[in-house]
This record gives sequence, C-alpha cells and structure tokens, in this order.
Amino acid sequence: MVPLSWYLGLSALLFTIGAVGVFIKRNAITIFLSIELMLNAVNLTFVSLSGFFGDVGGQLFVFIVMTVAAAEAAVGLAIIISIFRNRESLNVDEVDTLKL
Amino acid sequence: MLGAIILAPLVGAAILGLFGKRMGERLIGLIACSTVAVSAILSFYLFFKHHAELEQGQKFYEYLFTWISVGTFRADASLLLDSLSAVYILFITFVAFWIHVFATGYMRGDTGYWRFFAYMNFFMFSMLTLVLADNFLMMFVGWEGVGLCSYLLIGYYFTKDFANDAAKKAFIVNRIGDFGFALGVMLLFLKAGTIFYFDDPDRGIHGAFSWAFSQAHDPLAWSAIFAGGMTTIAILLFVGATGKSAQLPLYVWLPDAMAGPTPVSALIHAATMVTAGVYMVARASSIYTHAPTAMLIMAVIGAATALFAATIGLAQWDIKKVLAYSTISQLGYMFLACGVGAFGAGIFHVFTHAFFKALLFLGAGSVIIGMHHEQDMKRMGGLKKYMPVTFATMFVGWLAISGVPFLSGFFSKDEILYRSFITDGLPEPWPVILWGVGAFTALITAVYMTRLMVMTFWGKARFGDAHDAGAHGGHGEEHGHGGLPRESPRSMVLPLVVLAAGAIFAGYLGVPEGLSGGKLPNYFEHFLEPSIARSKVPSGDAQANGSPHSPSGETTIHGAVVQGSAEVEDHSLERMLTGVSIIIALAGIGMGWVWFGRKPLWEPPSLLEHKYYVDEVYDATVIQPIKVGAINVLWKFIDVRIIDGFVNGAGQLAGLVGGGLRHLQSGLARSYVAVVVLGALLIIGYFVMR
Repeated sequence: MVPLSWYLGLSALLFTIGAVGVFIKRNAITIFLSIELMLNAVNLTFVSLSGFFGDVGGQLFVFIVMTVAAAEAAVGLAIIISIFRNRESLNVDEVDTLKL
Repeated sequence: MLGAIILAPLVGAAILGLFGKRMGERLIGLIACSTVAVSAILSFYLFFKHHAELEQGQKFYEYLFTWISVGTFRADASLLLDSLSAVYILFITFVAFWIHVFATGYMRGDTGYWRFFAYMNFFMFSMLTLVLADNFLMMFVGWEGVGLCSYLLIGYYFTKDFANDAAKKAFIVNRIGDFGFALGVMLLFLKAGTIFYFDDPDRGIHGAFSWAFSQAHDPLAWSAIFAGGMTTIAILLFVGATGKSAQLPLYVWLPDAMAGPTPVSALIHAATMVTAGVYMVARASSIYTHAPTAMLIMAVIGAATALFAATIGLAQWDIKKVLAYSTISQLGYMFLACGVGAFGAGIFHVFTHAFFKALLFLGAGSVIIGMHHEQDMKRMGGLKKYMPVTFATMFVGWLAISGVPFLSGFFSKDEILYRSFITDGLPEPWPVILWGVGAFTALITAVYMTRLMVMTFWGKARFGDAHDAGAHGGHGEEHGHGGLPRESPRSMVLPLVVLAAGAIFAGYLGVPEGLSGGKLPNYFEHFLEPSIARSKVPSGDAQANGSPHSPSGETTIHGAVVQGSAEVEDHSLERMLTGVSIIIALAGIGMGWVWFGRKPLWEPPSLLEHKYYVDEVYDATVIQPIKVGAINVLWKFIDVRIIDGFVNGAGQLAGLVGGGLRHLQSGLARSYVAVVVLGALLIIGYFVMR
C-alpha cells in the first residue's frame, strides 16, 4: 500500500512542472500541454484523496474536470491554429495586440 | 346629461386638435360652434326642466367615477348642478357660443384657424368642469385647465415675442395664485377631512360646508389670518382668486393678456375665466361668512382694485387695454360685493358683466378688423358712419357699463354699492369708505368709457393721415388700397346684436327690491339663495330659512332678526343711493363727453399712462432679484461649482483609476499567468501561515 503522501507529492511535482512550463516556454502548444499537465496533477490529487477518505465525490469531480479539459482543448487548439494562420508563429510574446 | 355638457366641447377639441389641420375653415367653425351649442342647449334644457327644484335648493349630482380614494381622502369625478352652477353654465355657454360665432369671422384667413378653435373648445371643457365640479379637487382640474388654455391662447401668435412674454407672464402670475388655492384646499382637508362641497348621503360623503357651519365664527382680527383656522383657509383660497380674477396685487397679467386674439380677450379674459375667482368665493361662501377678517380683506382689495384699475384705464391708448383695465375694475366690484356679504349681488354682476363686457370686447374686435388691425385709438375717430352696427351695439355696451338706468350694468352695480353701504358685517368706518370708493370708481368708469367711445366713434377721423405717412403700426397687415374702415361681416355683427340685447335685458332678472318697491321680486338673488350662505346683510326677503336642502338655511339668523324693522327705511335709503348712482353715471358721461369731445388726444398724467409703474416696481423688486439670485447663486455657484463639480469629479476619478490600472494589461500572456500564480501562492500562503 502506497501511502497518501506519495501520491500528493507526485501530484505537487507534476503541478510545479506544469506551472514552470507555463512560465518559461514561449511556444503556445508547449504552454497548452503544461496546462494540461497541471489539470491532471489536480485530478491525481482528487482521486487519491477520494480513495483515502472513501468518498466517490472526488472521482466524480475528476470526470467533470476531464470533460471541461476536453472542451478546453478543442477551443484552445482552434485558437492556436487560427493564430498560426494569421501570424505564421506560435510565440505568445508576439501576440500582444490586445494590450492597452 | 351634465357629463354631456362638459364632454361635448372636449370632443370638439379632440376632433379639431387631431384632424383640424386638414379641414376647411367652414367645417372647423361648424364643429367648434356646434359642440358649444350642444352644451348651451343642454344647459338651457336642464335649467328650465329643473327650474323649480333648483330654486328650492335641490342639488343634482352626476357621479362619473371615484378618482382618488386614499385613506380618508376621497375625490370623485362627479358633477353638481345647483342654482349657482346652473346660472354659471347658462351664461358661459350662451356667451361662449356667440363668441365662437364671432371668432369664425374674426379669425378668417388665419393659418392657425383649427388650432385656435381646438383651444377654445378645450377652454370650454375646462371652464364647465370648473363650474360643475362637486369638490375642490375637480374644481382645481378645471381651474388649471382654463389657466392652460389662457396661456395657449394668449401666446396664440407664437411668432411674436410680446405674445410669448405675455403668455408666460399670465401663466407664472397665475401659478402664484394657484399655489395659494392649493394650500387652501389642503388646509381645508386637514381641518374638515373632506374636500367635497356638500353632503351627499347616496355616496356617504360629508361636505366641507357642513363642517364650516358647525364651527364658530372666527374673530375679526389680524391674528386670525395666521391661526390656521377658517380665516386662513379663506385667505389662501382668496389668494387663488386674486390670481385668476386679476385682483391687486396679482392683476398684472391681465392687461398683457390682450396680446391674444380679441375673441379670446372677450371670452376668457372678460366674460368667463376671470370670473372663476368670484365663482369660487361664492361657492365657498359658507367658509367666508365664518371668517370676517377674510371678508374685510376681500372687500378692501376689491374696492382698491376697482379704483386703481379704473384710473389706469383712463390713460390707455390701446382700445383693448382700456377694456382690460375696465375688466379688472369690474372684477374688483364683484369682490367688493362678496366681501360685504352680498354674494348674490356679486354673481349678478358677473352675469351682467359677461354680456356687456363680451359685447364691448367683440365690438372692439370688430373695430380692429374694420380698421385693418389697428388698435391705437389715436388713429381712430369718426368711425360712426363707417361701422353703424358696431357703433350701435357698442353704444349699448357703453351705457350699460357706465351705469345708465335701465340697462343691465346699472342694476347690478347699484345693488353692489347699496349692499356695501348698508352692510353690517364690517366694522364701522368701512361700509361708507367702500361705498365712496365704489361710487367714485363708477364716475371714473363712466369717464373712461366715454373717452373710448368718443375717441373711436366720434370726432374727426384720424386714420387717413396716419396711413399716408406710412406710420401704420402694429401688425403690418396692409389691406391694399381701400384703406377706409368698413363694417365687419355678418358672422361678426350678429353676435354683437345678440349680446347687445343681453346687455339691455339681462339686468331685469335681478331688479333690486328697493327700486321696484318690492313689486318685482329680485328673481336672480332669490334663485341663488339656496346655494349661497348669507352673511349678516339685512335684506327685504330674508326667507332663506325655508331652504332645508342647503346648509345656508341654518345660518341666516341675522337676516331674520334685522328684517322687519327696517323694511320701509331700507327702500327709501336704497332709492336715495340709486339716485346718487344715476347722477354719478350721467355726470361721468357728461364730463367725459365735454372733456374728450374737445380734446380727444388729451395727454393723461404720465403716472397713469405708465400704470403707476407697477410693472417696473415688480421688475425691480421681484424679477431682478430672482434673476440675479438665479444667475449668480443657483447657476454660477450651485450648478457650475457644486453639481457639475460632483459629476465631473466622479468622471475624473474613474479616469485616474483606469489610467493607473491599465498598465496591468501588458498583452503578455505569461505575465498574466505569473500574476495568477502569485495570487494563488499568496492565498495558499495565507492559509498555511495562519
């Protein structure tokens, strides 16, 4: 039996990797993948705590998160494609015309 | 039936107002006159059908609907026909009908023909509502309605500045009076708990006048005015009457109101609307008889106004202005009558005045049209041979208003003077003073009316040279080469003849008891008696005790007591005073005839010509301070600094905040993420550290 703290530690590690990825990467697709990573880190926390407390509510919540993530992936990828078609680039730092 | 009387002109006004623009002049005139004719016919029908009941003091109600009902406050849209309102609707609809007929000729060719008649019909609706209302709030509806129509019709020639100014002046001055009226009604409700006139068991309504009768008489003292009782109510209502009926000090709007078309001056500013104040006072006579201070003030203001306006009328050059001041002066007589407790005599003067003053105004209108829109009497003279019918009818009006025996004005004016002489409702020196002022005013009235007639119809024609010199003033409407005056068309002459007949015969409805030696009963006052509370005036036939239907019967204690003893003496005194009146009238006419016959262009003292500088004084003491205050305090300080400061300050604050916050939006997606993560870390940190 793996103790709960290991799951949570792994989850925190994954989340940190995702967050750092969002920070330091400029490629829109990489950032997108990092966000997915963070989402799944949270999912992992949900599932492990659900098992720990014997409460299926956490697992149900994971389903919802996955559904939203799927929808978000569709929209996000569509935006990325559209940006690439217009700008021939995926560098997010160049996509800043909405400022001020 | 009563509803139909007031609704017929409203229907006419609606039709003309909505579709009149596409109608021809004949159709417009037909609609306008016929709706008024319907009202007139119904009024006459009701009058003669219920004549006997009305005389006995019966009241006819027509309940339309309950307008407002809040707590104990209730106001119905309901109409009341009693002898007072019956008399009023009779002469209003009759005179108005003939003035409408006159106007179809007078306004011919005017571009606003339909507008004019729509307003006139709407005025009729408002006036009849005012008179037929059975509570003070409905009366106030009509009261404001006639004020509105007066405003619209004074400003009828809205492209002319002077007409607009006159209209605004009339409206604003009336507003001051209306404010007093509204306060009076509110106070009445506070005190009496009702705004209905009379009890009506069918609807479970208590009348304010029944309340008034259950109260003690207020003392005759200045302190009563501010005591918040009956006297305060009476004074506040009288403030409303001074505004609407052009008494001192609120009379200033009426002379300027002559900027409207002449039929308007005849109908609204002479015959009907301006007598609404007298109607209201007579209607509320039960309250006034309990407030002797208010009666004294009313009598004094009435007499003062009569004299004041008559002297100004002596010095005016504009034919309509003379008549306007004459109207103010005659209204003063009416209030004098009410003030001395002779409400019936006041209403009788309203009645006769409606005929002869409408006649004089329409005659003046006929002269103005005949002279091609000339109103200045300096350029008239010798019109007798050009306008024979107008001359003949105005001749009658002149004699009637001057008080020549056996014409209508003689009977009513004489009755007022006699009643003010013998009144015992006022403290001692007042009756004689009031009579003296009234008699002196009668003299001046005769003089200025003679001046008007002499300058207009007799003497040398003064219009020829003015035309040649091109000094044709005023409206600039040249009628080509035929510059000579000519008689007006039939539609204008016929009303003159009818009203002249009225001016001759209307007085015989109310021949004073003393003159006929009691053989001819004073029909008019006898008829009004049930509707009017009697004050302490002793009178030949104090039999009002026998009118059980009206509250007035309960208070005529005084009449019954004084009656018998002075019967014979009464009549000899009355005859003597009548003789004095006749001498005064003839002397006035004679003086005017000799003086103005010799010097028609006599320059009056400039104090009179400038109307005692009242307008200038008002301008300096009221208007300029208000203007200065409005500009310097309200506009330049409160509005610009404070209100604008708040509004602009709020805008500038939002701009400053936004200017600072917009730097957060850098457009770099990763910096947003950084902020989000930082925020999340702070929150987590807070919970961890706690």
